[in-house]
Amino acid sequence: MNPPIEPVAQVLRQPMVQIDKLWSVFRRAGRDVVVHQELDLRIARGELLSIVGGSGSGKTVLLRQMLGLALPTRGQVTVQGQPATQLGRAGASSRVGMLFQHGALFSAFSVLDNIAFALRELGTLPDNLIRDVALVKLQMVGLAPSVAHQMPASLSGGMIKRVALARALVMDPPLLLLDEPTAGLDPGSADTFCALLKSLHEELGLTVVMVTHDLDTLLELSTRIAVVADKHIVAEGDAAHVMAQPHPFIKEFFLGERGRRASALLHRQAQTE
Amino acid sequence: MTDTAPTLTPQTDANARTWVLAGCWNAARLAEPANWQRISQTLAQIGQPGAAPTAWDLRAISRLDHTAAQLLWNHWGRQWPLQLLLTPHQRAMLERVARFTTAAPARPHTSAWTLFLKLGETLWRVEEHLSGLVRLLGQLALDFLALLRAPRRGPWRDVSGHLYHMGATALPITALVGFMIGIVLAYLMSRQLRQFGADTFIVNILGIALIRELGPMLAAILIAGRSGSAMTAQIGVMRVTEEIDAIRVMGIAIGLRLVLPRALASAIAMPLIAVWTTAAAMLGGMLAADLVLGVKPAYFLTTLPDAVSIGNLWLGLGKSVVFGVLIALIACHYGLRIKPNTESLGQGTTASVVTSITLVLLVDAAAAVIFKNVGL
Repeated sequence: MNPPIEPVAQVLRQPMVQIDKLWSVFRRAGRDVVVHQELDLRIARGELLSIVGGSGSGKTVLLRQMLGLALPTRGQVTVQGQPATQLGRAGASSRVGMLFQHGALFSAFSVLDNIAFALRELGTLPDNLIRDVALVKLQMVGLAPSVAHQMPASLSGGMIKRVALARALVMDPPLLLLDEPTAGLDPGSADTFCALLKSLHEELGLTVVMVTHDLDTLLELSTRIAVVADKHIVAEGDAAHVMAQPHPFIKEFFLGERGRRASALLHRQAQTE
Repeated sequence: MTDTAPTLTPQTDANARTWVLAGCWNAARLAEPANWQRISQTLAQIGQPGAAPTAWDLRAISRLDHTAAQLLWNHWGRQWPLQLLLTPHQRAMLERVARFTTAAPARPHTSAWTLFLKLGETLWRVEEHLSGLVRLLGQLALDFLALLRAPRRGPWRDVSGHLYHMGATALPITALVGFMIGIVLAYLMSRQLRQFGADTFIVNILGIALIRELGPMLAAILIAGRSGSAMTAQIGVMRVTEEIDAIRVMGIAIGLRLVLPRALASAIAMPLIAVWTTAAAMLGGMLAADLVLGVKPAYFLTTLPDAVSIGNLWLGLGKSVVFGVLIALIACHYGLRIKPNTESLGQGTTASVVTSITLVLLVDAAAAVIFKNVGL
C-alpha cells in the first residue's frame, strides 16, 4: 500500500538543477564573447535560490539554459536528472514553469484561456475540468474570478504578473523560474507579489530559481543567493554569508547606498520581530 | 516511481468498498488518452446513482496535482466524502481546491440588443475610418505645404530610405510579373487578331492596355501587397511598443515624421515602378508577338509611338502618383490604429492591403470614366 521508500529518497537527494562546467560563448561579428566559463551550480529541491549579478553577466542566459531555450556551448545543464535540452519535448510545462519578465501573456486570449492553455493543449481533459482548474489557479495567485474573461491588454502590470504566474503553475511543475518578478511593479504590488511567491513556495513545495536586481525581494525571499560575476559563481550561500565575501561586485551590490538601506531595513525588521 | 500510470482500483473487505488510488495523479499522466479513458470510465461507474457509499484511499498516490485534485473534488460533488484516507499534504491540496472552486463567472452573453449595439458600433467605426482618412489626408497636405516652405528641414533621409525599400527592392518582382502578363496578353490576343487578319494591331492593343491601364494597376497592386502591409505592420509595432508615443512626447509631429516620408516616397516610387512594370510587360508582349504572329520587334517599336498617343503615358503616370499616395495613406491609417495585441496587428495589416487594393481599383475605374476623351 505504501509507496516504495527507496526510490523516493533517491530522487529527493538528487538536485533539482545541476550545472556542470558550463561554457556559454556568443559569436558576435567575428569575435567571441564568453559569458560563462566553467560555471558550476547546484540547486537543491525546495530551496528558493536567487541569482544576482551585474547587467550582462548572463543571468537570464542561465535561466534560458535551464529551460532548454538556449544551448550551452560546452558543459551540461541537468534538470531533474535529465539534460535541459530535452525539456522542450511534450509535457515540459509539467516539469518547469517560467515567469517571463514582461509576462509574455498571449495577447489574443482571455485571462482564463491564457491560464488554461497548457491543459487544453493536452487534448483529452474535459472543458469544464480545465475551466475549474484555471479558476482555482487564478484565485491562488490572488485574483478575483471576475478577471477571467478580461483580455491581457486591459490588465495592470501587477495583474499581468499574477496571471503569468498562474499560467506557469497550471500544471504544478516542481520547478519555477522567475525573471525579475518584481521589476516594473510599485512597492506595494511588489511586496504583495513577494508575499504571494513566498506562500506558494511554502504551500506547494516548489523549487524556485529567481533572477532579480531588487534587493528587498532578494533579502525577503531567498533561502540561498548565488552571485554571478567574472563568468562564474563567485559566492553562494545565505544572505549573511554572501554579503561577507570580499568580491568587489558583492561590495558594490550589497554595500552600495541602496544595499545599505535595504540591509538596514532588514536589520530593523529582525530586531522588531 | 513518479512515472507509474494513475490507477483506481476497488478493494472490497467485510463492511465497505474502498477505492484505492495509486500512481502519479497529475495532469500530464491523466491526459494520456489511455489513462484518461480508463479513469473517466471508472469514475463514471462509481458515480452512478444507487451505488453503495464508497470510501477513498489516496495514500498510495505518488504525486497529486491540482488538476487531479479538482477532478476528484468535482467527482465528489464538491463536498468531502464520508470516508477518506489521505496524507496531510494531499489534504492541504484538496482544501485549497475546495476553497477556491467557484461557479464560473458568466461570459458576457450576446442578445439581440447587444447585436444591435454592435451594428451601431460597426457603423460608427466606418464613419471613424472615413473621417480619420480625411484628417490624415488634410494633415498630409498641410505637412506638404510646410515642407515646400522649408524644404531643408524635411525628413529627406527617411524619404530616401523608404524610396529604396519601396522602389528599388521591388524592381525584380514587378519586372517578373509584368513580363509574364505581357506574354499572356500577347498570346491570347494573337489568336483573336489572326482570325481577322489584323495581326499588326497587336501593337495598338498591347500599347494602350499596358501603358494606360495594366502597367500602373499591376504595379499598384503589387506595391500595396508588398509595401503597404510592411508599412502597416511597422507603424503598428511602433504603436504597440509605445515608440509613437515617444515621438509625440518629444514634440515631433507624427504626420511630418512618419506619414509624410512614406507618402512622398510612395508618390515618387509608384510612377517609376509603373513605367518599369509597363516596360517589362511590353518586352514580354513584344517577344510573344514575334514568336506567334511574326511581328518583328523593330516594327513593333517604330509603330508604337503612332499607335499610342503620349496622353496615355501621362494618364498612367498621373494615376500612379495617386495610387502611391493612397497606398501609403491607408497603410499609415491602419498602422496608427493597431491595438496592443497580436490579433489586431494581423487584422490591421489585412485590412490595410484589402482596402488599398479595393480603393486603387475604384480610383482606376473612376479615372477611366473621367478621362475617356484623353489619349484614345
